[in-house]
Amino acid sequence: MSRLEDALAAGRFVVTSELLSVDAGGLDAVHERFAPFEEYVDATNATDNTSAHAHASPLAVAIALGRLGMEPILQLTCRDRNRLALEAEIAGAALHGIENVLCLTGDDVTAGDEPEARRVFDLDSIQLLALGAAMARGTYLSGRTIDPAPRLFLGAVENPGAPPHDYRVDRALKKVRAGARFLQLQVSFRPEQLEAFFAEAREKRLTEHCALLPSICLTRSPAALRYIDEHVPGIEVPAELIERCERASDPEAECFEVAFELAQHARSLPGVAGLHLISFRREAGIARLCERLGIPPRAERETSGHNRPVAV
Amino acid sequence: MKPVALLEAAVKKPIFGCHMCGQCVLHSTGLTCPMECPKTLRNGPCGGVRPDGRCEVKPEMRCVWVKAVERSRRLPWAEEIHDVRPPVDNRLEGTSSWVNLATGRDKQTPKGWHVAA
Repeated sequence: MSRLEDALAAGRFVVTSELLSVDAGGLDAVHERFAPFEEYVDATNATDNTSAHAHASPLAVAIALGRLGMEPILQLTCRDRNRLALEAEIAGAALHGIENVLCLTGDDVTAGDEPEARRVFDLDSIQLLALGAAMARGTYLSGRTIDPAPRLFLGAVENPGAPPHDYRVDRALKKVRAGARFLQLQVSFRPEQLEAFFAEAREKRLTEHCALLPSICLTRSPAALRYIDEHVPGIEVPAELIERCERASDPEAECFEVAFELAQHARSLPGVAGLHLISFRREAGIARLCERLGIPPRAERETSGHNRPVAV
Repeated sequence: MKPVALLEAAVKKPIFGCHMCGQCVLHSTGLTCPMECPKTLRNGPCGGVRPDGRCEVKPEMRCVWVKAVERSRRLPWAEEIHDVRPPVDNRLEGTSSWVNLATGRDKQTPKGWHVAA
């Protein structure tokens, strides 16, 4: 069982994070990206060509993470691979003992620096989850046997902050029916959106079938917030939040405060299983945020059973 | 294209922007063709929809799936939007979905495809 699955099954509060993309530099480059938050997180996402920019492949990075003692979550998007390639990645991951697979649609190629590329989208994220579930049962999509069946812990992403807001929980439920066991929720800078999502998630019993991890994004400048608002598909940063950071005497500290407040709010919501933390810089921000939130290091959570609030 | 497919295209292209995928799911997507989505999602919407409901890829148009969800709610079979639709069979592109519906060909899914209802 993957460390992530184990922690969630035991009801422990989990912390996942995102590894900054890697282009070169060998295993050292991978290690230095997670070293600042290593002791706090249960697992780290090996990202798949983020924002449609090419980087080292997620499978290669996931294998590297595993070799370096960090549990990987393999991201797979539908943008760059058809179903055969996706099956090959999952089978390859299983060969290396990688169980956590995060199934995404993927930003469009037009969001990246090679917008002239052909977009694939042979499957969508929900079909990719169902494909993963089929493989975990021991067959490729064709029905051809995989023996032994790979052990997989499938996850996905849902965006509480994107329209149609009143359909997002229903779509998350579709993902659960297709095979998702955990959901990293897209970053939302509007607490009321997350709150509404969780209220509906509890009402429709999504929280009982799947672990929900809201994402928190750490930034160090109002310019970074503005960049996210303008350039990251599906994320909106309210103007008043950016202005608040700009007006502050110490904008960097204010940006951290914003992340802290959002994280504090997110973890207070009944049904939250943990947090997914994202930082765009190689620094100790994630560890600092965990400290500030009073989340103990992973080893301590594992021994003391730092439990998450139980869903009502 | 065969005559039936030509007729189907003539009827459905002007109304729905039909792409002749040969396995029509308009019925369960609020009579909104999912192949109009730049990512051709059969189970949308993706997470990139803009705050005003416009498409991530083509900001000049409303998200196909925002429309699909909205319209599906006005139909007597509204719950069908929640169906997990299987992957497209790319061999059927350009064939008539009417014929494929009549023969049951459009309901054939790969052997390994099982999704709980």
